Amino acid sequence: MATIVGSVMTSHVPAIGGAIAKGRQADPYWKPFFDGYPPVHSWLGRVKPDVAVVFFQDHGLNFFLDKLPTFAVGAAAEYPNADEGWGIPTLKTVRGQPDLSWHIIEGLVADEFDITSCQEMKIDHALSLPLALLWPGGGEWPVRVVPITINHVQHPLPSPKRCHKLGESVGRAIRSWKSDARVLVMGTGGLSHQLDGERAGFINKSFDMLCMDALVNDPLKLTRYSAMDIVREAGAQGTEVMAWMAARAAMPGPVRKVHSNYHIPISNTAAGLLVLENEETALSKAA
Amino acid sequence: MNTYNEAFRDIPGTTVFDATQSRLGYHLNMFCMSLMKDENRKAFRADESGYLRHFPMTDAQRQAVIDRDYNRMISLGGNIYFLAKIGATDGFSFQNLASKMTGVPEEDYRAMMIAGGRPPKGNRSKTDPAR
Repeated sequence: MATIVGSVMTSHVPAIGGAIAKGRQADPYWKPFFDGYPPVHSWLGRVKPDVAVVFFQDHGLNFFLDKLPTFAVGAAAEYPNADEGWGIPTLKTVRGQPDLSWHIIEGLVADEFDITSCQEMKIDHALSLPLALLWPGGGEWPVRVVPITINHVQHPLPSPKRCHKLGESVGRAIRSWKSDARVLVMGTGGLSHQLDGERAGFINKSFDMLCMDALVNDPLKLTRYSAMDIVREAGAQGTEVMAWMAARAAMPGPVRKVHSNYHIPISNTAAGLLVLENEETALSKAA
Repeated sequence: MNTYNEAFRDIPGTTVFDATQSRLGYHLNMFCMSLMKDENRKAFRADESGYLRHFPMTDAQRQAVIDRDYNRMISLGGNIYFLAKIGATDGFSFQNLASKMTGVPEEDYRAMMIAGGRPPKGNRSKTDPAR
């Protein structure tokens, strides 16, 4: 059966794409953010994932208001990025892992999640930039992906509790997939930020810290919040943290924190990074 | 039946993009989506009013676009993720749009973010005593 090697949760602020394209990683503004990633590169070198199952939000590249699923699972052989109209560079196409996609889709529907399956899907900065942060080397991406989108554009959003359950179901599916693949689970977006209106620039460091701690030690704590609570506490776009909750829930049992970073600001956003490993994975590696 | 939208009215300076806003702003947001193509960005820049006539928006929505009045566009159903494509077509960042929406110069907005952002105190609820 496939193994979940761990989880990486990271922000995906579009401006990161510009900074990478212009080589600004060492600029004083960007350095505290990019300095968070070399320990992730070392860890990835050790755990060597073949596939990444990525919970993220589409911001209008693949889905628009004409058809907007609450949860959608990509089941394509490849996923192109494209011009998002935001003036950021277009990144490389990512290869898919349709066998795992369909196994996850079957598992989710069996668990009564009425998801949308997509045999064609574009992936926006919320998937491509995290890949660029994790694997900055160039060439083909070293992992295949299964993209899973969570509606974050149009309310009503799914609840944190529902996103947690989604993650649990996806985790069960991954671990029952007949494959020797090593699977990384990713959650992208956040942390606190608000882009729109008079409250733009809203940041809530103490709530972000609460989330980052709960994601390690007590993920169920976050399921007690509503989407509206998250808007109030983390900003109108801070609801992206629900993708982190789903990723965490995909991991079985207790986890240990491998690495984290937190920096205010990247553009309008408090940027977070969290790397988790299952305690059993860590123990079996030590044995 | 606006109960969902009204539930968010307690959060200051925030318009949650729900069914009420999405229905109002469908064609405004559709116009924004058209700006994902370079040829459309060029056509819009060449003749803004003429380009906007291709979309069945209200005159108030068209005027708000021409005025680059982002708060007005939001009140008329615009979603920030889509509206940002207008800003990018103008060559501006999200921070520039945020400075416009919050009514402060971009340098001041940027300085606020570097200093830790807009704090939760007084900004979580309209009933917060710190306001």
